[in-house]
Amino acid sequence: MTFPSMTARSFVVPRPGAWRWFGAFAFGFLIFTQILAIMTSPPDRDMGDLQKIMYVHVPAAWITFLSFFVVLLFSARYLWKGREKDDLLAAAAAEVGATFNGLALLLGMIWGRPAWGVWWTWDARLTSTLVLFLIFIGYLALRAFVDDAQRRAQWSAVVGALGAINVPIVYMSVRWWRTLHQIQSNPASMDPAYVLGLRANAFAFLFIMIYFIRQRYVIACLQRATEHAAEAVALGGQQA
Amino acid sequence: MTWNEDWGRIRAIARKDLITERRTKAGFNSVAALGVTMLVLFGFAFGPDAQALRDAAAGALWLAILFAGVLAFNRSYQVELESGALDELLQYPGARWTIYAGKFISNLIFVGLMLAIVVAAGIVLFQIHIPPAWPILLATLLLGIVGLVTLGTFYAAMASRTRAREVLLPLLLFPMLVPVLLAAMSASKALLGGDLMHEASAWIRLLIGYDVIFLVAALLAFEHVIEV
Repeated sequence: MTFPSMTARSFVVPRPGAWRWFGAFAFGFLIFTQILAIMTSPPDRDMGDLQKIMYVHVPAAWITFLSFFVVLLFSARYLWKGREKDDLLAAAAAEVGATFNGLALLLGMIWGRPAWGVWWTWDARLTSTLVLFLIFIGYLALRAFVDDAQRRAQWSAVVGALGAINVPIVYMSVRWWRTLHQIQSNPASMDPAYVLGLRANAFAFLFIMIYFIRQRYVIACLQRATEHAAEAVALGGQQA
Repeated sequence: MTWNEDWGRIRAIARKDLITERRTKAGFNSVAALGVTMLVLFGFAFGPDAQALRDAAAGALWLAILFAGVLAFNRSYQVELESGALDELLQYPGARWTIYAGKFISNLIFVGLMLAIVVAAGIVLFQIHIPPAWPILLATLLLGIVGLVTLGTFYAAMASRTRAREVLLPLLLFPMLVPVLLAAMSASKALLGGDLMHEASAWIRLLIGYDVIFLVAALLAFEHVIEV
């Protein structure tokens, strides 16, 4: 069974090029936005300096949803076009998304303990973010347990797409079940003094996400290239 | 392929699975027994106070059905994988989705019968008073297992062919089933309590929506899953 994208040609591993500079810029910008956000915002009336955690918690949550959207996009494109590149990109986005998802949950807990008095509460947004995290974990577990590359790509694309369809349904069902999360923070719902820090941080997180996905994708390409080389050797010592 | 031929394939696959199951019986009996055992254990966890048991009944019933049902889904592909029959099945002419539809029907009947036993045991063990609106409760139970079987049959087609099927299926399936469980548990609980807040109908609508969306998605996507 030949599989169009399985030729060695598609495994010219991408070169770092300007990406190295982009990575340095992303991390530098992240440090800068932390300083900026803390310098420009006065202590909150109710929460005091506890409010500062919003600058990393809220962007982490945004990036989580954005990554899942990226997974959906590349999964759908994989099912449509069958190019292995899309599969590797979806997988990279899922890993990065799961990381930010865990980060958002953890930072939320650190904030929730002093603000609400509990580490965890069964509120709609919290619970559905946790369910989203579990769906990500299932997706990554599936990838880990399937050895055949085509099967792994095909199956995880389907699981990624179904998982993405489920996100709004999970959110709705949990919201009906119970809700107490404060209204979502966005630039329109807060004092202008806090907006700049949040906006800047959102961009910093976005750059970090793009850089991480790119790096993870390059690693996946290298892994696939070794697998292809090993296969070619096993099939008779020829270079594919 | 005409509709009649598709329906013929669906029926043949469902019939084959059910006959295999009926002739061995071992699978069904042990899965149903596991469901009842789970209920007894939940009884230990929540009981013995009668009111506490009644409050927890809906949740305990659904979890028992979920845990026992998961065992059924992998089994439905197991027999075919062991004898290499799945490859042969794929070589017959006709659309792939009919395989899914056939397995969906046989699993639905399997889980439905198990549900009957577990619910009967639950009524006794958890001292449930059957509400006057029992037909709606019955419809809720059916819609709940349709959701469960839809995704269970679908994900088992993948999980049963991996190295870690026992772990992988629940790991993939349970987070996806959160809306079904929440809706089925909440609707059942409301109906058992007389549905004073009139919340059951909203949950039932959610169940119907979920079932339709994922049944269509599974039928469309099954081809991508079974062919590799």
